[in-house]
Amino acid sequence: MGLRDKLNKLKEPFLKGGKYEKYHPLFQAFDTFLYVPDETTKKGAHVRDAVDLKRVMITVVLALMPALLFGIWNSGYQYLSQIQDEVGFWEAFGEGALKVIPMILVSYIVGLAIEFYFALKRGHDVNEGYLVTGILIPMIFPIDTPLWMIGVSVAFSVLIAKEAFGGTGMNLLNPALTARAFAFFAYPTFMSGTDVWVANAGELDAVSGETILGKLALNEEVSYNTYEMFMGVIPGSVAETSTLLIILGALILLFTKVGSWRIMLSGLIGGALVALLFNALPADIGNSLTNFTWYDHLLVGGFAFGIVFMATDPVTATQTTKGKWIYGFLIGLLAILIRVVNPAYPEGMMMAVLFMNVFAPTIDYYVVQANIKRRQKRLESKKLKAA
Amino acid sequence: MIKENKNIKSNSDKMEEVNTNTSAKMTKEEAEQNGMILFVSKSEEKEGLFSAANRRLLTDPLNGDNPITVQILGICSALAVTVQLEPAIVMSLAVIFVMAMSSFSISLMRNIIPSRIRIIVQLVVIAALVALIDEFLEAFAYDVSKQLSIFVGLIITNCIVMGRLEAFAMSKPPYKSLLDGIGNGAGYGLILVIVAFIRELFGSGKLMGYEILGKQAVDPADSTGLYALGYVDNGMMLLAPMALIVIGILIWLQRTKYTDLIEEDA
Repeated sequence: MGLRDKLNKLKEPFLKGGKYEKYHPLFQAFDTFLYVPDETTKKGAHVRDAVDLKRVMITVVLALMPALLFGIWNSGYQYLSQIQDEVGFWEAFGEGALKVIPMILVSYIVGLAIEFYFALKRGHDVNEGYLVTGILIPMIFPIDTPLWMIGVSVAFSVLIAKEAFGGTGMNLLNPALTARAFAFFAYPTFMSGTDVWVANAGELDAVSGETILGKLALNEEVSYNTYEMFMGVIPGSVAETSTLLIILGALILLFTKVGSWRIMLSGLIGGALVALLFNALPADIGNSLTNFTWYDHLLVGGFAFGIVFMATDPVTATQTTKGKWIYGFLIGLLAILIRVVNPAYPEGMMMAVLFMNVFAPTIDYYVVQANIKRRQKRLESKKLKAA
Repeated sequence: MIKENKNIKSNSDKMEEVNTNTSAKMTKEEAEQNGMILFVSKSEEKEGLFSAANRRLLTDPLNGDNPITVQILGICSALAVTVQLEPAIVMSLAVIFVMAMSSFSISLMRNIIPSRIRIIVQLVVIAALVALIDEFLEAFAYDVSKQLSIFVGLIITNCIVMGRLEAFAMSKPPYKSLLDGIGNGAGYGLILVIVAFIRELFGSGKLMGYEILGKQAVDPADSTGLYALGYVDNGMMLLAPMALIVIGILIWLQRTKYTDLIEEDA
């Protein structure tokens, strides 16, 4: 317990009346990063549970790890396989790590700096929410995004999507997706197209660096089969390519009950239904996106990643059970719809989740109203029977 | 005919008689007020041209009573004309002119406008002024006039103009109304210029058309200034949502600094 004692001693000037009282949130953040918080609910009708915000967030980070590690390897592999015949595992991993780790660092440094500033300013503890957001952001950016762009996008999303609404737990939009959407509209040449998905693609000749969706939008042949799409050794944003490892992450979320299975399942159903609908069109009417087999639609692009990690964000999703079904279903539906109908946005997942984020409170409102109405009706019929 | 005319004349003479009779019954004060009805009344003649109250009419709308950030009026044109600084400045001047002149003239007429049709009268005055400005811009600043296109015409529907006429000019004397018009126009223009400054600087790296952040060339090697370091213009700044977000940030900053602007929760 040496460290604990030392921390306790260090803590003194930060306590009430101490010299650095103003900076208490800073110390508290560091302390609770290492140890379980010492402040617990003592009275009132609160659930006293081992699951606190920190544990939830860490679980999500753990669930993200497989996809992230794979993404690091894949981004190295995609680059090296273009310039040499054989690529060793560690070689690719090292190459990818050189690219991805600075992205993660920038995301955390910029985001946490803003979070700490607002925590000090508003005098509340630093929330753990940014642990997840900070790692999600580099995972959904193209590998070649300049670091300063990530910094600007992170600053925008933390300020506008989060702090402006009151901080962790109050945000209307998913901060990670807001960062991506900001970059998508602000720096379109770096966020879409054919040159950004493989590291240094601009410098390589004859690189085949388009994403599958990008190729489909251009009506080109896709050279990957379903198995490759499922495994994820394909170009794409850093960590969204491997459906297999995203499913592994989903299992972690579902097993720990951190993510909602209703949203994931209904999202899958929604996406599959719309894709099936497009598949049902006569082949000569549609384009290559409508003819793209429905299960492939669910494998490529950010669909799986968005359904598992973005749509289930407990803050921005709907809260009611029925609302979750509607919310997930509409996300899946819209994602495929945007993808197919508007080739300018080959990745519909981001738009779909952000769009439904905005509508989540409305869905909840109507679900609750419907419930109230139904119960009132039941009450009235009971009264009638009694009379 | 002549007979008839005479009859009418005698009738009107009688009417006049009645009128003079009643006016004679009026108190002296009332008569004075009646005489002043069209122009300034006595009470405000005493007030200095630049008394504290009058100065506040000019300065309040710049900050604590800003039409855009506090009253949240005139947002649409703030979105549309703030991509570049130059049109924003021209637009601000146009709005200041229209607001000052319309407030002034409506205030002159305020006591003879029947209240049922006051909105129509106000609109006619504003529309005349806007048409004037529009023609003026087309004659002397054709490029800017092209850029502003329909938005000069839409000053007619700018809620700030109508709002100030209804809330101020209809009940206050002309000089005060003139100041209020200039003040509110300037408050509107101030925000427009700030937003346009931010949007042009970060959206296209220019100010008033000058490339102050350096030149961006197709080949990165030919770029100068910040662009040579890999800087890229922020395309989102050119889109309308960013104008809303910038205004939102301005409101946020303003309310952080002047906490008395924050409304209590309902």
